[in-house]
Amino acid sequence: MPPDIALGEVTATAPKGAVVTERSESKALAALMPYLQSLPLWIVLAIFLAIPIGMIFVVSFWDDQETGIAPAFIFDNYSDALGSWVTWNTYLQTIRYAVIVWALTLSIGFTVAYVLAFHIRSTLWQMVLFQLCAIPFLTSNVIRMISWIPFLGRNGILNSLLMDVHVTDHPLEFLLYSPFAVCLAFVHLYTLFMVVPIFNTMMRIDRALVEAARDAGAGPIAVLRHVIIPLSLPGISIGTIFVVTLVMGDFITVQMMSGGQSASVGLIIKNGMSLLQYPEASAQAVVLLLTVLLMVASILRVVDIRKEL
Amino acid sequence: MEKSGPRHWFLLAFFALFVIFLYGPTITILILSFQGPDGGLTFPMRGVSLRWFANLFEAQMVGDFGGSLTRSLSLALLVMGLTVLIALCAGLAFRRKFFGATVLFYLTIASLIVPSILISLGIGLMFNEAGVQPNWYTSALGAHLTWTLPFGVLIMFAVFNRFDHRLEEAARDLGASPWQTLQHVVLPLIAPSLVGVGLFGFSLSYDEFARTLLTAGSDNTLPLEIYAMTTNATTPVLYALGSLTTAFSLGLVVVVTLIVLGMRRRRLSKA
Repeated sequence: MPPDIALGEVTATAPKGAVVTERSESKALAALMPYLQSLPLWIVLAIFLAIPIGMIFVVSFWDDQETGIAPAFIFDNYSDALGSWVTWNTYLQTIRYAVIVWALTLSIGFTVAYVLAFHIRSTLWQMVLFQLCAIPFLTSNVIRMISWIPFLGRNGILNSLLMDVHVTDHPLEFLLYSPFAVCLAFVHLYTLFMVVPIFNTMMRIDRALVEAARDAGAGPIAVLRHVIIPLSLPGISIGTIFVVTLVMGDFITVQMMSGGQSASVGLIIKNGMSLLQYPEASAQAVVLLLTVLLMVASILRVVDIRKEL
Repeated sequence: MEKSGPRHWFLLAFFALFVIFLYGPTITILILSFQGPDGGLTFPMRGVSLRWFANLFEAQMVGDFGGSLTRSLSLALLVMGLTVLIALCAGLAFRRKFFGATVLFYLTIASLIVPSILISLGIGLMFNEAGVQPNWYTSALGAHLTWTLPFGVLIMFAVFNRFDHRLEEAARDLGASPWQTLQHVVLPLIAPSLVGVGLFGFSLSYDEFARTLLTAGSDNTLPLEIYAMTTNATTPVLYALGSLTTAFSLGLVVVVTLIVLGMRRRRLSKA
């Protein structure tokens, strides 16, 4: 929009009608601007998110024949998926992973964020240590999983250590390629998804509130329970959404770290895809999506994330 | 908060343990990648050598190291450029109310929480039905953008929420056109954040695995190549590759941090 001063100058030199059209033109352009600016995002999300998810929904009703997949409107894929004992068992396993990993990442992530926000004195150190916690996010997940092999393997560091101190006389087999290894890798990969949002909300807590609580006689535990935890809830919720959705949809961590012994919903879908059983995989995907959305919706009842940015 | 006493030290020790937990395994494979020629995948070290790094560059040891590296780098650069551009535009758009803004916002959030396997499956289906061959620079590019764009847009959201709008008004009052305001006032101020968005876009794409596995078509990217190696490599060459890529990622973070710090310093000294 042209500034008023400039407009005044224009009026002094140009006929009145020209100013009005120029002004309304730029006004129309300004009104149009947000649409033009948001267009690229619309296009990418439409083509690579909305249409693909729509396709999954449509194909989940299709018929899987020996000659290939054919358009249809049948519920066989859903009844196959939901009627199978394997599916229910896999959901149970996946949800169990999600709950265990959530509990671990939350307790570790909260403590780490708490130390950073309230127990590090200098702002410089705070930022440096925060970066230290966040940087692994920018490195490869696959490599971070591989890097557990020398630790957990049959002849790995942990086993030799345990044998040296005579906790056990033979190497423990369950360390690598087991549900234990899967959980460990998940915690290793995803705790920073808790640390970052919780630290963010903690930094915005007014320190005067903490002081006030302490002046009113609250001990460290009471301050934590009645001031810090309630005010950190938005960060906790955002971290929870990240961790739960990442674990629920995972296939690679479970496959790599369990050595193929453990199943997950994501793995069922991936295997369906590799066998070109698209309708079956799609039905499973729709069920997974609804499960995840239900979980997220229940978390969002606690917090409005748009306010948190 | 109390800054001394056993509780304080206990918490600091917990933090230190967390950092060791975070970096310990990576440091272990870094050490093991210098394993001697007769050494195995675990300790003890049988001598020290660069043999496994040398192995990387012998074509037969690793499937297609050079090709997959080139593809990964090109893809990451593409994703980086598009993420910065699209996120910046969207960030500017979201500063005003427009029809569909809420839908677009929730679509962006959805992009973040929809499991990656669904993106892969959906894009696979779409290409399949359209009869188009999936490729790293088409389907995989789109799959990566669904992961990098939400981060970019959310960062821009945060940046513009903290942006002092009086600066723009001042520019306008001095007669700057919207384009001039953007070019000479807004962009220089948010440049460090844009560099950050670029780093996110590049790194997330460069390391992405789940969204690439089923959308890359016939040519592997580097993470896919590494994954393929895990199933058949029984030598520390795997660690050498892991160390190199991690070093590359960390080096990038350091370079970008230095650039951002340099930008800040220049701005401060100008002021």
